Amino acid sequence: MISFGPNEEQEIVRDAMREFAEQALRTVGRECDESASVPDDLLQQVWELGLTATQIPEEYGGGGEDRSPITNILVLEELAYGDASLAAAAVTPSLFANAVLDYGTEEQKAQYLPLFTGEKFHAASLAMVEPGALFDVLNLRTKAEPKGDGFVLSGQKSFVPLGDRAQHFLVLAHNTAQDGFEGIEAFIVPRDTKGLTISEPEKNLGLKGLPTVGLTLDRVEVAAAERLGGEAGIDARRLVAASRTAIGAVLVGMSRAVLEYAIPYAKDREAFGEAIAKKQAIAFMLSDMRIEVDSMRWLVWKAASELEHGLDATRSAHLARVYCAREGMRIADNGVQVLGGHGFIREHPVEMWYRNARTLGVLEGSVTC
Amino acid sequence: MIDFVLTENDQKILDSVRAEALVCRKYARYYDEHEDEFAPDELEEAKDFPPTMSLFGNRKDDDTSVAIMSMLLSAGQCWGDYTVRMRRGSGGLGNAALRAAGTPEQVEKWGDTTLAMAITEPGCGSDPSQVQTTAVLDEATDEWVINGEKIFVTTGCRCDGVVVWATLDRAAGRAGIKSFVIEKGIPGFEVTHKEKKLGIRADDTAAMVFTDCRIPRSNLLGGKEEIPKASSGGFRGVMKTFNMTRPAVAAIGLGIAEAALDFTREHLKEAGFEVEYGGSLQSQPAVVQKFHELEGLYEAAMLTVMNAAWLSGEGKPNNVEASIAKAKGGSSVRQITQGCIEILGPMAVSREHLLEKWFRDVRITDIYEGTGQVQNLIIARNILEYDRTELK
Ligand SMILES: Cc1cc2nc3c(=O)[nH]c(=O)nc-3n(C[C@H](O)[C@H](O)[C@H](O)COP(=O)(O)OP(=O)(O)OC[C@H]3O[C@@H](n4cnc5c(N)ncnc54)[C@H](O)[C@@H]3O)c2cc1C
Repeated sequence: MISFGPNEEQEIVRDAMREFAEQALRTVGRECDESASVPDDLLQQVWELGLTATQIPEEYGGGGEDRSPITNILVLEELAYGDASLAAAAVTPSLFANAVLDYGTEEQKAQYLPLFTGEKFHAASLAMVEPGALFDVLNLRTKAEPKGDGFVLSGQKSFVPLGDRAQHFLVLAHNTAQDGFEGIEAFIVPRDTKGLTISEPEKNLGLKGLPTVGLTLDRVEVAAAERLGGEAGIDARRLVAASRTAIGAVLVGMSRAVLEYAIPYAKDREAFGEAIAKKQAIAFMLSDMRIEVDSMRWLVWKAASELEHGLDATRSAHLARVYCAREGMRIADNGVQVLGGHGFIREHPVEMWYRNARTLGVLEGSVTC
Repeated sequence: MIDFVLTENDQKILDSVRAEALVCRKYARYYDEHEDEFAPDELEEAKDFPPTMSLFGNRKDDDTSVAIMSMLLSAGQCWGDYTVRMRRGSGGLGNAALRAAGTPEQVEKWGDTTLAMAITEPGCGSDPSQVQTTAVLDEATDEWVINGEKIFVTTGCRCDGVVVWATLDRAAGRAGIKSFVIEKGIPGFEVTHKEKKLGIRADDTAAMVFTDCRIPRSNLLGGKEEIPKASSGGFRGVMKTFNMTRPAVAAIGLGIAEAALDFTREHLKEAGFEVEYGGSLQSQPAVVQKFHELEGLYEAAMLTVMNAAWLSGEGKPNNVEASIAKAKGGSSVRQITQGCIEILGPMAVSREHLLEKWFRDVRITDIYEGTGQVQNLIIARNILEYDRTELK
């Protein structure tokens, strides 16, 4: 059935997240961008919202609520409306936890899920992106070669969120025995593993409030038990689709932030004797943003709905991500234009959103739903 | 519940509409080239297909709302052809106005006839408050006397009557505008011209003149003769008609655009380019990247249409969302059909295929029922909380 109505619970969660995003994230987003860091107490504050724990089954100490990609993208849009970097930081542990929940063996679930249901923030991350031009998840350069019962991992990763503090990494690598999505495997690699080198925090264009690192895997040996999903492996198609859908949701939230910032500014700012908003050139940039925020959001919802039904969301997620990347960039671009010279100055957030939009548009694996 | 997956029941109905549409498509070229002929009221093949509405017999609670289904049905039919239908339904744009603004007696009287809608005049289109056609009450005979000229009236030739916008008092501006039902055959009502067009050629688009045309007093739609003071509430009432017709117009264009996408996908495949979605965008050939872009536009626009319809079905206000659907649909179908031709190259402009026709047919989507700019104006006023004097 096609329906655009969130259920009551989702509406409550959404309202709560909106309020949190405005009060706790928007207010510190600029500071985190300038210092290229995220404070531990902020992560702890976010942790207490239970984003990761709520959908973990009770037997592992979680909230036992249904695993719902739709609820998660509603949450992400709101958090990203506050601040995209901090939204990504907030759900980084879920990159690891949700994958274990969705694809892990019983032993893996029992071992790792309880880490995410405690009172203290637990940092864990996903290492998908790789350095070098034209990153493509279907052509991973990090290789997993079978050795005995286990594997040997070699390669490099970049843009690993919260890698400065993550205790565990879920490393995606190409198992050379197969191609395409079937050849993608995920391995649990603890921070202190031999052969793993973690770089200093990377210096990025945008999403600066989300510290990221590079990983070098120099013949890292992993046991069979650390291969996520065991013999069955993971459903990489689904994992990638969830990531693309989630990036779309972050771009929706960010784009809405631009629109809602630009409207009062344009009504207030005068040129040639009247508010600039009264000129169609400006007014139509704003109406166009309004149209595109809706368009983006529905594409993301559609992909999330397919994920929720357990369907193959590859097409919808890809179209949503590509669309949101393009339109999110255009919205942020016009956001700067509406503010004119003031849009170029770091006193206003639009220049930060402009950098964030470009960054988000090319990222995969930094968020999930 | 947020949900975007069609039920089995939904799919069955849509499949059956597609099957009909494919039959209609066989006649598409003929009526494009013979624009002075009308497509038949019922195709010969109609005996093999149950009427669409009969498929709505046993809907379940978890099936998609009729409001949304009606959009998908329009799109599905136009995926076959814009004008040729298995059975030409009665009803035109004027009927939507009748349903929205007519009294129960009026709906009873004209509900089963086909009514066109005549707002546009030689001197005014986007700004209907400038309507110059006049209606003067003759108290002696209890008749309205209509004088004026209307252009671009869809189904103006084939309809049984027309809903005409006319002013009781030009000085009163928008508040003075009322709509009147004028039936064919009344003295003083003359259809003067049929337009020759870029696309949707089998659709008749007519000009008409009213010269001292006398109609019964009871033909004023809604029956309210007084001119409201200062408020534009009455005008807003007549504009309400658009809250379902605007998304519907977008759905129609999108149905055609989807036909163009399907055609392009098929021919890309023939040329050795399979459209896939797994890898990154950058890893795809340029033509596939372009195709993804066009598909995204189609999906996004169709979703805005469904959202506007969903709101309407839920009884919620959807004025802005209807304009969003119309604006997004109108701009997307242009880009999609232009883009499909760009992807396929020279073969695409041959009249051997329908793609060039679809490119011509969809162009109207961003013009009638309020141009893209007019929709943007409505959206901008809403988000900026400006009235029509502050942003025009
Ligand atoms: C095939 C066809 C069928 C039609 N069917 C019907 C019908 O059944 N009934 C009916 O009444 N009409 C019908 N129309 C008329 C149609 O609704 C009008 O053509 C349309 O509303 C635009 O009006 P216009 O042509 O006078 O353009 P104009 O109003 O002259 O507009 C010209 C350009 O100026 C732009 N513009 C105008 N005002 C503004 C503004 N304030 N801000 C920014 N830009 C602006 C417009 O967007 C457009 O790009 C039909 C037209 C066609 C071609």
